[in-house]
Amino acid sequence: MKLVDIAAALDCEALTPLDGVADIDTVVASDGMSEILAFHTPGAVMLTGLTNIQSVRTAVVADVHAIIYVRGKQPPEMVRQLACDKGIPLLSTQLGMFESCGILYTTGLKGAM
Amino acid sequence: MPDELLSRSFEVRGRDFEKAGEASTEIKSLLKALEIDPDVIRRTVVVAFEAEMNVVMYADQGTVSFVVTDDDIGIRVADRGPGIPDLDLALQEGWSTATDEMREMGFGFGMGLPNIRRNSDSFTVESQVGEGTVISSRINLDGVA
Repeated sequence: MKLVDIAAALDCEALTPLDGVADIDTVVASDGMSEILAFHTPGAVMLTGLTNIQSVRTAVVADVHAIIYVRGKQPPEMVRQLACDKGIPLLSTQLGMFESCGILYTTGLKGAM
Repeated sequence: MPDELLSRSFEVRGRDFEKAGEASTEIKSLLKALEIDPDVIRRTVVVAFEAEMNVVMYADQGTVSFVVTDDDIGIRVADRGPGIPDLDLALQEGWSTATDEMREMGFGFGMGLPNIRRNSDSFTVESQVGEGTVISSRINLDGVA
């Protein structure tokens, strides 16, 4: 699934450019970064409520392709800047974690855990 | 003796949450430049990142070192800190002594040491209460445990 289609499904706001991301078939969802690292699947999209710098560093380590912050959360500018430097698109949805996962599940995306 | 291809060490300060993870992401860049298998890089960097976060969360100071040979990658993380009183408990998934501040950073859910062990082909942890902890991990370059 293309990132722009995932963004449309969750009515996301793009916080960085969304270019250059390969198709995504897996979702990892947690506020615990060690959970993301434990069950990572390269090329997944990550849903989280954690907006600090560790969200981006975890995405880099786990080869996550994009981060979607739930509940309308917005990361600080230094986090957005690091994501731009690392080429990891950031998005934000007003939906909560449960609703976001439910919608993406119905599109055929699979979980990593 | 296998040939050493690259080695490097990074100093890590306790409680410096803003810089936490910088050493591990630098290690990732260095390994990518050596054109090592992406899955081996991912496992190595998960080990380094979890161990680095443990230093930041619990210790006063630590050193993250890695050595790449033509056989494997060795990661050693040594800290000066409180040590781990019960290693068996610390290696159980879900066991944690983390504070709310640590959990707000997305860590401290009792997955750190288990993640390090899961991604290592060999792994040891030695700890002295009141002195510190040393974690050593090896990841084979051929990807076979």
